[in-house]
Order: sequence, then C-alpha cells, then structure tokens
Amino acid sequence: MATVWYVLRRLALLIVSLIASSALVFLLLRLLPGDLAQAKLGIYGTPEALAQLRTEYGLDRSLPEQYLSWLAKAIRGDLGLSVLTGADITSELLSKATVTLPLIGIASVSALFIAVPLGMLAALRFRKWDGIATSAASQLGIAVPTFWIGVVLITFFAVQSQVFPSGGFPYDGWADIGGALRSLVLPACTLALAQGAVLMRFARSATIDVIQQDYFRTARATGLSRIAALRVHGVRNALVPVVSVLGMQISTLIVGAIIVESVFALPGVGQMLLQDVNVRDYTKVQGTVAVTTALVFVVSFLIDLVLGLLNPRMRQR
Amino acid sequence: MTLLQVRNLTIRFGHRVVVDDVSFELEAGQRLGIIGESGSGKTLTSLAVIGLLPDTAAATGSILLDGQELMGKSDREFSSIRGNRIGMVFQEPLTALNPLMRVGKQIAQPLRIHRGMRMTAAIARAAELCARVGLPDPERVVRSYPHQLSGGQRQRIGLAIALACSPSLLIADEPTTALDVTVQQDVLKLINDLVRSEGSSLIFVSHDLPVVSSMAERVAVMRSGQVVELAAVNELFGAARHEYARMLVDAARRSDDDFIRVSERGRK
Amino acid sequence: MMRRNRTLIIGVSLVGFSAAVFLLSFFWTPYDPLEINPELSLTSPSTTHWMGTDENGRDILSNVIVGSRATLITGVFAVVICMVVGVSAGIATAMSPKWLESPAIFGIDIVLALPTVLFAIVLAAVYGPSTFTAVFAIGIALSASVAQVTRREVNGILLADYVTAARASGSGKLRIVRRHVLPNLRASLFVQATGASAIAILAESTLSYLGLGTPPPDPSWGRMMASLQQYLLIDPIFPLWPGIAIVITVLGFNLLGDGLREALDPTLRRDAE
Repeated sequence: MATVWYVLRRLALLIVSLIASSALVFLLLRLLPGDLAQAKLGIYGTPEALAQLRTEYGLDRSLPEQYLSWLAKAIRGDLGLSVLTGADITSELLSKATVTLPLIGIASVSALFIAVPLGMLAALRFRKWDGIATSAASQLGIAVPTFWIGVVLITFFAVQSQVFPSGGFPYDGWADIGGALRSLVLPACTLALAQGAVLMRFARSATIDVIQQDYFRTARATGLSRIAALRVHGVRNALVPVVSVLGMQISTLIVGAIIVESVFALPGVGQMLLQDVNVRDYTKVQGTVAVTTALVFVVSFLIDLVLGLLNPRMRQR
Repeated sequence: MTLLQVRNLTIRFGHRVVVDDVSFELEAGQRLGIIGESGSGKTLTSLAVIGLLPDTAAATGSILLDGQELMGKSDREFSSIRGNRIGMVFQEPLTALNPLMRVGKQIAQPLRIHRGMRMTAAIARAAELCARVGLPDPERVVRSYPHQLSGGQRQRIGLAIALACSPSLLIADEPTTALDVTVQQDVLKLINDLVRSEGSSLIFVSHDLPVVSSMAERVAVMRSGQVVELAAVNELFGAARHEYARMLVDAARRSDDDFIRVSERGRK
Repeated sequence: MMRRNRTLIIGVSLVGFSAAVFLLSFFWTPYDPLEINPELSLTSPSTTHWMGTDENGRDILSNVIVGSRATLITGVFAVVICMVVGVSAGIATAMSPKWLESPAIFGIDIVLALPTVLFAIVLAAVYGPSTFTAVFAIGIALSASVAQVTRREVNGILLADYVTAARASGSGKLRIVRRHVLPNLRASLFVQATGASAIAILAESTLSYLGLGTPPPDPSWGRMMASLQQYLLIDPIFPLWPGIAIVITVLGFNLLGDGLREALDPTLRRDAE
C-alpha cells in the first residue's frame, strides 16, 4: 500500500513540474524584444501585415491565454508550426530524435558499465597503485570538457586510423543500420566516457561506504571474499547513489548530446536546436526546450521509481 | 586435539602495538571469556582469529585451528573457514545486517557458499534456523527486511547466520551490549543453549564481568593489549592473582546485586 | 594545513598557474594574437611558434594566453553571481516560514532541472551570444545548486544549540544570520565556490565551442578548439592546445575544492581505524 502512495505522490509532483517548467520556458521566450510577427516579416512588415499576423498567431491575446492554448495542443502532441519555415515542429522533433535518443541511451548504459566496475575497483584497491591510478583517471575525466574527448577520439579513431567516420550520419538514416551504428560509436563513446568519469567517483565513494559498513563485515564473516561480498551486497547498495546521480545527470546527458552532435555533425535534436537559435526560430526553440525539460522530469520520475524498488525504505517516505 | 591454540599473537598498527604477545588455548566444547575495557585489544584479538583484521593492521604469532595454521593465510583461503568452521556475531544488530536484502537471503548466504545449497533449499533451511533461534513465525521472518525486526530479533538473526553451517567455534563480540536489558538475558541464554547443543566452542568477548562469567568457564582478562590473568571463573572470583583482575572483580561485586547469583550459576 | 594535503598543493599550483597566465596576458605575449600572417597559415609547432599557427597565421600560443581572459573573467563573474544569489536564496529559504518554504524549494528544483547550457542557449536565442549572456546564464543556473546545498547546510546549523539559545535570548533573524549562520557556512562556501568555478569554466568553454560565448575577435579557448578542429588532418595537435589549457584550469579548481574539503572538514576521515 505504501508503494502505491509513493507512486501517486511522485506522479503528482511530475505533472506539476511539467506544467511549471513549460510555463517558465514559455514566459522566457515571450520576454523578447520585438515579437514573432516582427521576426517573421522582418523590417519589411507594414503595420497592417504585422497586426494581421499577430491575430493569426494569437499574439493579441493575453499571456496566460496564449500559454494555455499552447499547452492544450502540446499535450495532444501538437507543438505547432515553425514561425519561420512553417514546418510541423512535432514531426521534425521526432525525426531528429531518432538520432539523439539512441545516442543518449547507448551512452548512459555504457557509462554505467564503465563507472560501476571501475568505481568498485578503485574502492577495493584504495591504497594500492591501480586503485589510485583509476581515481586519478576519473579526476582527469571530469576536468576534461566533453567536446575535447570527442576531438581526441576523432583524432585517433577517425583521422589517424580511419576506423570510424569523423562525423555525419547516413543519408538513409536507420535504413542503413550498419552505417548508422558506425556513426554513433564514437559519439556514444565520448558521452559515455564523460558521464562515466563523473559516475565513477560516486560509485567509488559509495563502495568505500559499503566496505566500512557493519553488514559488510558480517558478510565477510560468513566466508565471502572481499570481491564476492561486494558482488552480493555492494552492487545493489552502490547502485542507489549512482542511479540517483545518473538521474540528476540526465540534463547533463542531454546537453552532452547537444555538444557531441555538434562535434560529430550528427543531425539530431541538439544540432537542430542550435540552428534554430541561430536563426531565431522561437516557436521551435520553445517546443524543443519544453519537450527536453519534460523528458528530464519524466526520467527523473522513472529513476525515483527504480530507486523505490532498490531501496524498500524509501517507499515509506 | 585442542581446537584453538593462540600463541604469541601480536598486532601492530604501524609502530603502535595494540595486542601484545597474547596466548591462550581452547578445547572443543569449552567456553572462554575475554574481558577488558575498550582499547584493551579484546576485539582485535577475536578479529585476528577469524581473519578480519583491518588492512592497516600487521599481525604476527601463531593461530592454530585443529592444528592448522591460520596466521598468514590469504583472504581466499580464509574464506572457506569463515562462516564454516568459525562463526562470528557482532555487537550492533542494527547495522550488522544489509538493509536492502531480505533476512532469509542473508542467512542463506553461508549455506550457499559452504554447503553449495541452491537458493530455495537454503532459504528453507534459513527458516528452520530462525525457528531454532527462537523467532516466531519463521516463514514471515525469512521474507522480512531488517528494519521490520526489533534489535533482539536481529541479533537472533545474526546468530542464525553465524551458526548456519554448524561451526566448531563461535566468537561473540559484545552481542548483547547494544540490546535492551530485558532482551539481553534471553539472547545470552540462547547463545548458551545453541553452543551446548551443537557442541561448539565459544569465545565470548565483553567488558561486562558478570555477563562473561555466566557465559564461560574460563576467563582471559586483557588490559592494554596484554592478557594479565587467565583463569577459571571461580578461581578468578576467589583468588585473582593480578591486581587489575581483582579490581574488576571487586567493582563487579559492588555494582551488581545479582552478580553473586549469576557467577554461581555460571560455575556449574 | 597544507603539509600532507597533496591534493590541495596540486590544486593551488594549477590554479596559480592559470592565474599567472591570465595576469601575463595583460603585459606580454610572444606575438600579437590578432595579427594575421596568411603566409604562415597552419604551421606546426616550431621554435618560432611554440604551439604553431592557426588558419590565419595567428600564433596559437599568444591566443591561448589571451584566451584565458575570456574564460577566467566569465568564470569569476559567473561564480560571484551564483554564490551571491545562491547563498542568499539558500539562507532565505531555510529561514523562511513553512508556507513559503515548500514553493521556494520547488522553485529551486525547477531551475535546477533546467540544464546550464540549455538555459544559455535559450538566452542566446533571445539576446544573441555574448560574454554577458554566458555569464548570466551560467551564474543563474549554478545558483540553484548552490542554493540547494546552502539550504541543507543552514538547516543543519539552525538545529545547533547555540542558535536555539540565540533565538531564546531574542536575537532577530538577521542577527542570527550574521553571527551564527554565515561564519559556520564559510568552509562550505569556499568548497562550493571552487566547485562552481570548475563548472563555470567548463560551461563557458562549451558555450564558446558551440559559438554561443564570447564572439570574435576576442580569443576564447572553446571557440579556438572548434575552429581548429577542422584542421586535424594537417596536424592533430592544433586543437589540443586550448584543450589542455581548459583541462589544467578545471582540474586545478577541482583539486583545490577537494583539497579544501579535506583540510577544512575534520569530520571527513577516510582512514577509519
């Protein structure tokens, strides 16, 4: 029963967050000098044409009205049309997402697989040279900007050894699965390494924490070796902080995706966003940012659910 | 053959000597108490026997279990002995169990490692062990999480884990110190019963002389890392040789009215 | 405090080195960073140009030195903004009445969820890219996490006995803040400031890389990496120089923060005996 309440409460928080954040983004973009009608017509807009466009876009209505009508359509999946190109925002977003989402997915899973074992290794070999080396590597890893990792990977694997493409995505998209995957390898590695370094530090301190716990000593007293004891007791307990950090890192991952898409010239959501910003396509920027923020909250919600599964005590809060 | 022989055990942290040339013996089925205040080295001594000293500690000397030398064994070699031939119960029932794992699974661990049992069989046996340590409704207990049990119940679980594979030696390090007074006697009686019925030996570590004397036939008094007196319980109370030991006995006599009753009972 | 703390020593050295380069940039550079020499375009590192030249024949080393200005200035200002805003918000939230606290915490959480770079992108969409928008965006975004950490710390401090005593003797809220809260926050503020600096510098270089930071002709490490990336085939070392500069500076602040935490927080003992 406690579990059900937990889920319901989290769900309520999610919905409120979604509304609040989209309202915030909406507000920010409406605080522009000039407005959409002006942006579309430029300096050639006559007062009548501007007024007509304003009515068309609903700009003459009050701010809350505009937001609510946008929200009503957005919930149904209709993000409207781009002011500048007239294209349907939702479908553009979806097609770009086919590049970005797999990228983020592969990268986060890989990051976990890098971070948890390495973090546990660094914790186990706390005072020995390989533990210290691993810790030092993670220190370096978090100091290095993501795009730098990307550039280095391009240098070694694309330019000097020509194993992977230095950028771009197949014209046919996922119809060319092999090409698509090959294009995603280096970008995903870049993101995974950047994220992995951050997560590793948490995995390490979580593991050290576990090692110092009494129940770890009890486990050892039953005959488990250090590594075995970690495997049985440590992984689950270490995963809790790592997963929650990963949840908090979702927004960093999305930003990372934007960066990586720029480094590797991938036609994803990030690249699209940057271009829209450059040409000042406000409605598109609004739709994209709103959806992205929504995604962050949804993932956060899901992570909270997973944490509730891992840690039965949390369900009682 | 003597079950346990500890000879010239010395433990150092860097240059600091915390356990100094400690020696004692234990026959099968015997119960030895180690008494001292905090810092006397009694806990470290017991940790040395089960091979769980911290990495920063350096130990020398000899520890023979059934004639087999334990000192210098690698972690992996020791793993087959811990939980199997030597079991240990610790002081803090609240933290000694993994909060994220059901209790039954935790009892099942040593059974799976040392007896190669499969999970379902091990958990069934865990339920039996729960009944054995006096826990009502073992089926439900086995499925519970530690935070759903009381301190006394958790300590019984700790005993179940330590005794799961019927070890020949049980080490108990202040097992009742953190429990409510009302629960303490029950748990102590339980330990005595279990040890007796299994025929195991017991090393009981504590700072509380009345408690130790009810749990052991012989007592080693430790102070500043050294064993200052090693004698049978009635010898200790009758005519302790070392000044410190006599101090402890006097203090115990003065503070505890039940002391005499308890010490009489322990001598049987 | 410094003797056995290797982390702190390395951190201070690295940050000191970056600061030194920053100061140097105002007095001397090997060459004029903006001077164009088309005939020297894209030469590899040599004795005359230690880091080589870019596509316009400009000396890369000079540009790296001057590039420290954009990064460090943005970093410093952004950190000042985020600390002032964040700490005030944190203290205010922790000490405000119950009915105000929940929405305030919620507000902080929302801003926290909005990623720094995304926020900066939105601002750039509105006002165009510039150092100011970068500083503002990074500052506001970081202030949310500073506010959150500060709020938790202040809550802890408010539970202390001496605070209860001060309240009982009639000290007003502002006085309690000045006398008890701020002094106890000092250590944590230093640590947070260094952490925020590291993030701010990373964010600034990322924004410059994406073209949303300091616009040309002022050199900036991130932007240099972006423009030099195209010439990897000619010599892979070109984009690495500004990258190394970024890494050294960020690593320095990270280690400085870790070292400070070790030195100032006696409750953090790693070697449990």
